[in-house]
Amino acid sequence: MGAHKLHPRTWVDRYADYLFNYTVARVSSADVAMDLVQETFLAGLKSAENYKGDAAERTWLTAILKRKIIDHYRKINSPKGKAEVRMRYNTHTDAEGAWLEEQVADPFNKDGSSALENEELGLAIQECIARLPKKQALVFTMKTIQSMSTEAICNTMGIHPSNVWVTIHRARVSLMQCLHKNWF
Amino acid sequence: MKISCEKAAQLCSKVQYKEARFWEVLQLRFHLLYCQACAKFSKRNTTLTALCKRARLTALTKNQKEMMKKVVEEHL
Repeated sequence: MGAHKLHPRTWVDRYADYLFNYTVARVSSADVAMDLVQETFLAGLKSAENYKGDAAERTWLTAILKRKIIDHYRKINSPKGKAEVRMRYNTHTDAEGAWLEEQVADPFNKDGSSALENEELGLAIQECIARLPKKQALVFTMKTIQSMSTEAICNTMGIHPSNVWVTIHRARVSLMQCLHKNWF
Repeated sequence: MKISCEKAAQLCSKVQYKEARFWEVLQLRFHLLYCQACAKFSKRNTTLTALCKRARLTALTKNQKEMMKKVVEEHL
C-alpha cells in the first residue's frame, strides 16, 4: 500500500473545479465537461479497490478523466470514417497556389504557446484554491471566478459583507504565497 | 486619514474587485505613499488579479456541485 488514501466524500469540493477546468479546455462544451467530471467520480468509486495509493488522489482522478475524455471523442467519432484524418490543401480561392509554406505556423504568433501556458496557469490556480480552507475557497471562487455580487454571496453564505472581504483577503494572501514560486 | 497596514491590505483586496468606496480608495492611496511594504503587497495583489483573468478560470456552481455530491453519495 502507498501513502495515499481515497476520501470520496471530499472529491467534489476538492477536485471538481480542477477537473472541470482541465476538461473544459479539451471538449467543446461546459455541459459535456461537467458530465465527464461526474463520470470520472463514479468510475473512481467503482475502481476504488484498485487504488494502490502510489499517486495522489487528484493525479489518480485526472488519469481516469483523461481516459474518459478519450472515450468521449471515440464515441462522437464512432461512425466509421469520421475518425479518419483528412489532409486538405488550402481551399481559399484567393491564395496563390496551394503552397504548404503558407500554412506553416507563424513563428511570431505566440497564441499557441500562451494558450497552453494559460491552461497551466489555470490549473495551478485551481490547485492552490483547493488547498485553501473550504469557506475561503468557496467565497473566493464565487467572487473571482463566478463574479457574483457581494450581496449575493452574503445571502448564500449567510455572512456579513465585511466578513466576505476579510475572507477574500485571506484567500488572496494564501494564493499569492502558493503561486509565488512559479508565477510571480 | 491614517490607517494600519492590516486595514490597507484588506482594502487593497477590495479594490481588486472595484468595490471599495471613494473614501476607502483615498485612504489606501495615501497609505501607499509612505508604506513601501504595502505598496509591494498591492503590486502583488494586482498581479494575482491579472493572473486570474489571464487563466480564464471556470468553476462549477454551488448547485452543480451539490448535484454531483448527491450522485457520488448514491454510489458510495
